[in-house]
Amino acid sequence: MGPIADLKVLDFTHYIAGPYATKLLADFGADVIKVERPGGDPARLLGPFPGDACDPEKSGTFFYLNTNKRSLVLDLKKPGAAPVVERLVTQADLVVENFSPGTLERLGFGWEWLHERRPDLPLVSLSNFGQDGPYRDHAGTELTLFAYGGEMYTMGIEEREPVKMFGTAALVQTGAVAATAAMAAIFTSKLQGRGEHVDLSIAEAQVLSVDRRHVGQISFEFSGRKSPRPPRDARAVLSGVHPCADGYVEFSGAGLRTDRLREMLGNPEWFADPKWDQPGAFINPALAEEFEASFYPWLYEHTKYEIWERARGARVLCGPLFTIDELVSDSHFRDRGFWERVSHPRLGEQTIPGRPFTLPDSPWEIRRPAPLLGEHSREVLEGLAFGRDEIEALVAAGAVEVS
Amino acid sequence: MPLPLEGIRVLDFCVVWAGPLATMLLGDLGAEVIKVENPNQMQPMTRGTMARIPKELAAALPPAAGGFPEGDPGEKPFNYHPTFVSVFRNKKSVTMDFRTPEGRELLGRLVAQSDVLAENNATETMEGLGITYDWLRSIRPDIIMLRIPAYGSTGPYNQARALGVHLESVMGHTAIRGYSDLDPTTSTPIFSGDYLAGAQAAFSVLLALWQRRKTGRGQLIELAQAETASAMLFQGFMDYLMNQRVPERLGNRSISGCAPAGVYPCLPEGPASECGDRWIAIEVVDDRAWAALVGVMGSPAWALEEDLATVEGRRTRHDFLDEQIGDWTKDFEDYDLFHRLQEAGVASAPVVNSYRIMDDEHVRARGLYEPQILADGVGPYRFTTPVFRFSETPITVRQPPVALGEHNEYVYREVIGVSEEEFERYRSLGHVATDFRV
Repeated sequence: MGPIADLKVLDFTHYIAGPYATKLLADFGADVIKVERPGGDPARLLGPFPGDACDPEKSGTFFYLNTNKRSLVLDLKKPGAAPVVERLVTQADLVVENFSPGTLERLGFGWEWLHERRPDLPLVSLSNFGQDGPYRDHAGTELTLFAYGGEMYTMGIEEREPVKMFGTAALVQTGAVAATAAMAAIFTSKLQGRGEHVDLSIAEAQVLSVDRRHVGQISFEFSGRKSPRPPRDARAVLSGVHPCADGYVEFSGAGLRTDRLREMLGNPEWFADPKWDQPGAFINPALAEEFEASFYPWLYEHTKYEIWERARGARVLCGPLFTIDELVSDSHFRDRGFWERVSHPRLGEQTIPGRPFTLPDSPWEIRRPAPLLGEHSREVLEGLAFGRDEIEALVAAGAVEVS
Repeated sequence: MPLPLEGIRVLDFCVVWAGPLATMLLGDLGAEVIKVENPNQMQPMTRGTMARIPKELAAALPPAAGGFPEGDPGEKPFNYHPTFVSVFRNKKSVTMDFRTPEGRELLGRLVAQSDVLAENNATETMEGLGITYDWLRSIRPDIIMLRIPAYGSTGPYNQARALGVHLESVMGHTAIRGYSDLDPTTSTPIFSGDYLAGAQAAFSVLLALWQRRKTGRGQLIELAQAETASAMLFQGFMDYLMNQRVPERLGNRSISGCAPAGVYPCLPEGPASECGDRWIAIEVVDDRAWAALVGVMGSPAWALEEDLATVEGRRTRHDFLDEQIGDWTKDFEDYDLFHRLQEAGVASAPVVNSYRIMDDEHVRARGLYEPQILADGVGPYRFTTPVFRFSETPITVRQPPVALGEHNEYVYREVIGVSEEEFERYRSLGHVATDFRV
């Protein structure tokens, strides 16, 4: 059983960052009630879909992000929704939402309303730019929020535009920070009786992150030196992504020990000269060119698996550029039990990337797949002591949808 | 008002970024985080790569490794290393040579007073030091140990050394991010996995603390950084697992199929080699946003072509749109265009670099940077503040980036409980120090 199986989470999040945060809570045991608008979380329309056929019950994005949650379809704009929210709030240990700032207030369930009813109940509000400040109401996406808040400026080459990460990596990072903030708010709630309103934004989770930009910021603040994108032909000994027999490998020259590199390369004559051991040799462009003249033929003779094996043996920092198909069939991750099989009524048996970490005394587990739309509406309402007639009345009034 | 983790003590044996970020987040939240450092052996990639660094070498290194305060590494560069100093806030530092018998005994006494020990070294390092979960548990039965190995403690890659950049390669990031029209050798090494792993690791400790409250038991947490990193590519994994399709590089285009999405040139302030280039990121999320963008552009004829009114049409002609939009944006200042586009409801933002972010009006209004004075009165310099904004409990910088051995007196006397006489003995034996003897 997960460590937080004793916690109930009222989840008003949709799309990616918020649902990733509540997935982390749900996968470690929390009972997460996902409140979906009629029509459902818009992430249900995000791919991939099997065979590229769009179906809101078959979204790969929704399937991955909503494991272990229960779905209640509730139209918060309908007057009938209020008593349902009231009872949900009474039972909850935590509320998480990612509406545009001010929306929850307009719906009548904002922080003041919550705090008055349950002074001990934490609310985590996730947004693009935060609950106040000049950009509060600005639109944002993975691309634009990463451009503003993240390390994008130094990603790529000088001759071209800055370039982002794959997919929605920044939103996922924010979700993990939100889960951490949520657990901290649980501590103040349960140990000190204090409900916190946590104001976390995607932009700020990037601005205040640990990455290349925060180093660029502090080194500029210290010394006035700026960190541009490197030109395409920039060279340093060893550092960078290099081609090999069957793909690419990445090496770092930072803090490099030449004795280990010699061992990896099989102690070749061309690398025996003590000039390679001089401080600063690894940032000398002339030496970089000389190094590559001998290093590249060696790389082209070996596959990325062979190169990594030799690097591991010599304790040299190296990473082969694996592709996703290679990773899924890789025995290391398979034998560690990383991949998780999940059975879903519409998608059948599927595999997803598994646990973020192992907690042996209170394990991560998939107890149920991502919910169908409104799959648990009836069950949740019954759990809140609504009678059969009351539920039918809520459905008739359009406040609730059942599957 | 007590902080969320008031009363929790964390011993920090972490290196580089992922681990130190995790312990910094715990420190931000109120835990007493103590960096345990060996003054007789500088652990590389913790406070720099070497204990002393000549001024000329610092100047030749990139700013991340050589951009010290006023360009001068000084006598103790390890207290100011730009790659690491930002993850030292809200932490204490104690020194002891835990490789020696008396240092190990001291460490044991410290462990007895602690709730958590966190580390993310190469897997054999802690075993080599004898700092294992079993040893910790024999001293403090309910201890929580957090380990962040690169690839896990089991399996063929368990001994592989890695920085975040290598993990990103192994976990598929490097091959599928970057320009769609260039090969991966143009991919800049980044460390996005360190950020995710650090946040996840702080979360894992909170979960284990919650569990311990109920059961009285600690546990050994293992966060294999490569496994955690997979979440950032989940769409790519799901596509392969559902459709056996290996995802392609998208550059700045949208994984959700929104179009257009891109990074477009703005009026430069200087050459790109001096960080003078300016760019704006624009993503059109729906047809309404497209109409709004067309309006801001002044409804040029090319943008009114019928097929561009739908997302399918815009996707089909994405290259054409990129060209036209870039031709329009290049005459604007990035912030000016950002404000115009946001006014019209178009998702957009300047690509803000590391020396402009501190002056952004939103960043200033929200107080995201704060001046800090470092060891020996160096500063003030503006540093990031904690990401957590709690309504009832201010989460603040209580301790600026900590210097080596800054809290020796406190930790030896008040936490471990050594006498004045013992303290002086440990000093003479070289355990108590504020400098590396290397």
